[in-house]
Amino acid sequence: MVKSRYFRSPARVILFAIIFFFALIWLVPVLASLVTSIRTYDDLLINGFFAVPRKIVFTNFKEAWILGKINIYLVNSFRITMPALVLMLFFSSLTAYALARFEFKGNRLIYLIYVGGMLLPFQVLLLPVFRLNGALGIYNTHIGLIAFHTAFQLGFCTFVLRNYMLTVPSGILEAARIDGCSEFRIYGQIMLPLTLPAMAALGTLEFTWIFNDYLWAIVLLRTSELFPVNAGLAVLQGQWRMDWSVIVAGALLAAIPTILVFIFLQRYFIEGLTLGSNK
Amino acid sequence: MLTTSRRKTIYRLTPYLFVAFPLLIYLIWVIGPMLYTFYLSLTDWDGISDMNFIRLDNYRRLFRDRIFFTAFFNNIKWIVSFITVPIVCGLVLAMILNRSVPGAKVFKAIFFFPMVLSFVVMGLIWSWMYQPDNGIINSVLRLIGLGVLAQGWLSEPDLVIWSIIFVGIWRQVGYVMLLYLAGLQSVNTDLVDASKVDGANGWQSFGHVIFPQLAPITVVVVVISIIDSLRAFDLVYVMTRGGPFNSSQVLASFMYNEAFWNYRMGYGASISVILFMISLLFIFMYLIRIFRTESRA
Repeated sequence: MVKSRYFRSPARVILFAIIFFFALIWLVPVLASLVTSIRTYDDLLINGFFAVPRKIVFTNFKEAWILGKINIYLVNSFRITMPALVLMLFFSSLTAYALARFEFKGNRLIYLIYVGGMLLPFQVLLLPVFRLNGALGIYNTHIGLIAFHTAFQLGFCTFVLRNYMLTVPSGILEAARIDGCSEFRIYGQIMLPLTLPAMAALGTLEFTWIFNDYLWAIVLLRTSELFPVNAGLAVLQGQWRMDWSVIVAGALLAAIPTILVFIFLQRYFIEGLTLGSNK
Repeated sequence: MLTTSRRKTIYRLTPYLFVAFPLLIYLIWVIGPMLYTFYLSLTDWDGISDMNFIRLDNYRRLFRDRIFFTAFFNNIKWIVSFITVPIVCGLVLAMILNRSVPGAKVFKAIFFFPMVLSFVVMGLIWSWMYQPDNGIINSVLRLIGLGVLAQGWLSEPDLVIWSIIFVGIWRQVGYVMLLYLAGLQSVNTDLVDASKVDGANGWQSFGHVIFPQLAPITVVVVVISIIDSLRAFDLVYVMTRGGPFNSSQVLASFMYNEAFWNYRMGYGASISVILFMISLLFIFMYLIRIFRTESRA
């Protein structure tokens, strides 16, 4: 019923045609890579892209997963992303609480530093952090990478959480204060639970960002066994230079965690993006 | 029992306890390095031997380096493309999908999907699609009789940066659409209806009533698009490494090449400083906006 009413005016038919056309173009890369990954590259070379595949194979996935070491790289990715995620949310919520709830000297300045830093093209920090991690003895370790990700994302996380905490009605907190609650208990037992929706959104967004990192991994790590999945994919690209079926299969495998985020946590992801732009 | 004055002192100190440790980390890994880049740019550091202070030599060399200007203008092309195409497409899609279009949810998901993919994954998939002999783009062109248009999308020096930027746009459109969809939620529909009653047509009410209300979000979108353009690295590096003949180099990839392949870290740092200076302009714009809205509240 809704459909027929929508299409009553010809202008709307045109509009619908526009987005339908856009959507098709948007889907091409996804479909193309799916088709490529289940065919052998010889088949693609000889018979062309639009030939009906002789045979559907899963060997490309197997090759990328084991020989291409995507299995190892994926584990590394989680080992880097999860600790960084927990640390950045914890530290930024501490800061955000102070910035949102206390008037103190330096409040504005600290907020300004975090917001300014969050917009920095992070490549500016590349060489100094490379040198710093070397000096601290954490070059080529996951700890070094976790430390940088945690620190850099503090800017965005603090920005988002501070603005969210400002919207929590202060009456609740005042009541607890009068009852003699310590500030750390108010933070942990009252503010944090109230901030959970923002934390979930922010966490989902940050998960994809850290997980998708490539540049910092190749700068702060040297041993490819330690690489997270996107840096590992680039290694795989070098090794299977002439076999696009394996490369594309590897790319699809590497994208599985973020695709799961897209399927199951899409709402939080979108909330995170809009939280970050609402100010 | 604590005396009131001691309690007050503790209360005054509390925010600093909350703020101190995270701020320390931030100063060590973000603010400190940012300042240190300036110092490095005045040295001949190669990553291995001791560094010497060479004053502005790196900058003098930089302004005579043809690759630097290629990279700089490629960033400009990126910025100009990003603040036009995705914003127009994103706004149009948001306006259409904001009404009850059949299948709106599916459409939104399709446009938004590239946002979760990494640049490396996108870069690899698109590199394959751009392949001259049997990539899907040239295959389609030949199939529909437009074989003359088939070309080396990533090997033509004049074309390559646009091929890469297009991939960026493919991702950015969904992002901008989302931000506008969120912005449209807060557009006052009474005003829109009122303008219709007053006889405004669709375009007029968009231009005079809806778009002005979207202006604040547009500022955010523009700043984010510019910052994202300046951060461009992964796509370039995965798809072409800046080639052929450095024609697709952007400032970040040029810097990475100089520092980690040619071991000219001091020189690389001077490229960082230029990148920083450009971004500073927009960071300031954003900060001023934020503090204006803060003081109004």
